[in-house]
Amino acid sequence: MTGATVLQAETVAIATSNDVVVVRQRVRALALQVGLSLVDQTKIVTAASELGRNTLEHGLGGQVEVSLVTNGPRRGIRLSFQDTGPGIADLELALRDGYTSAKGMGLGLSGSKRLMHEFAIDSTLGKGTTVTVTRWK
Amino acid sequence: MLRLLHSACSGQYLPDSGKEPMSTLLSALQQERVAMLKAWIANLQTAIQLNDLLSQRELDAQAADVLNALLSVDPETRLQDFGSVVWRPLKDVVSSISVSRATLGFTPSETALFILSLKPVLFEQIRKRWGAESDKLFAEISVVDTFVDKLGLVTTESFIKGREQVIVHQQEDMLELSTPVVTLWDGIVALPLIGTLDSARTQVVMETLLQAIVSTNSRIAIIDITGVATVDTLVAQHLLKTITAARLMGAECILSGIRPQIAQTIVHLGINLQEITTKAKLSDAFRVALEKTNRRVVRVDKAGTVVTAAKQEPAKDA
Repeated sequence: MTGATVLQAETVAIATSNDVVVVRQRVRALALQVGLSLVDQTKIVTAASELGRNTLEHGLGGQVEVSLVTNGPRRGIRLSFQDTGPGIADLELALRDGYTSAKGMGLGLSGSKRLMHEFAIDSTLGKGTTVTVTRWK
Repeated sequence: MLRLLHSACSGQYLPDSGKEPMSTLLSALQQERVAMLKAWIANLQTAIQLNDLLSQRELDAQAADVLNALLSVDPETRLQDFGSVVWRPLKDVVSSISVSRATLGFTPSETALFILSLKPVLFEQIRKRWGAESDKLFAEISVVDTFVDKLGLVTTESFIKGREQVIVHQQEDMLELSTPVVTLWDGIVALPLIGTLDSARTQVVMETLLQAIVSTNSRIAIIDITGVATVDTLVAQHLLKTITAARLMGAECILSGIRPQIAQTIVHLGINLQEITTKAKLSDAFRVALEKTNRRVVRVDKAGTVVTAAKQEPAKDA
């Protein structure tokens, strides 16, 4: 995640499941603007949907910063999901395929990691979680 | 902005409004009813673009309704008492007009302009009567200004309520519209899904499909997700649950409409759909469904004899 310059950024609040739809729409619009292929668009929108829902359900709401970043000739999209929820006690466990603390499939976090190029997660118990992901063109 | 104006105006006017009621103003206006309506309609014609949503006659009728409601109150009523029950009929008329504007698709500005364009008409009447006394003139104009502004706010509030009603209706329509189960053949139903699959909709989808399976005695159900933009783990989980429920009822599900980008995303997410028959196109799924029910689509010539015995020709999309 080093050396990237943020060109433009916008913040979307995530408080209801409708907001997840808004997040998907914003990310899709930006992906089109960057000129990502249809496959890459779908991947980043799906990851945004997963992480957005995590922010809503596990983080009890928060926000996402959707930004257009460059690193030299490369352009990409960075999404930073922030919540002030309970935090994640065991990151390694949370990132394991099939592990779920709710009723989901347990693939959201690990799947998003595979859908994106860069993935960083920072969580403090009782303070909240920030997941930052980037996908380059 | 408007609120500032209100407080400023009422503040200035207060000392004068004690003994002498506004009856003079209202009764003056009541005498000029016809002239005022004419002037207002003339104003409206320049302020509001008529289109096929609203005819001139309707606009005239609405203006007359509002003016009647405004002028048919007891002449002793004061314009300052906007909260008074006496003004209820006027507010109701204005509200219902605004709501109908909102449903017709007018902009908030156009809707507010309808009431705000009443101002110059009232001002003109005041000028005629008290044009020589500048203090009185100013006081009366302040009162009318505040009154019409408040009425304008009523329009805006009702307009928003009208819009909200529209949105609620559309949401309800969407819920019903978005889950049609179509019978493709005897014993084969299809469910084309379009849009976002959130929890509320998925519940409806599952219920309608299971109901349709029972009512049509279907053995095979095709779920087509061509119109679903994003398939994430939640959507996949909903689909899997629906398919499992259908299986419990003895029906087999085929998932169709998996586009290349969706397929790659599903693989990366790590969702396992291997136990389910999946096809890229609805036509493929339909052919599988026909095969599973021991049927085949063949091409015949005019005489009705089968041209190709082998099933080379793909079945036409249903």
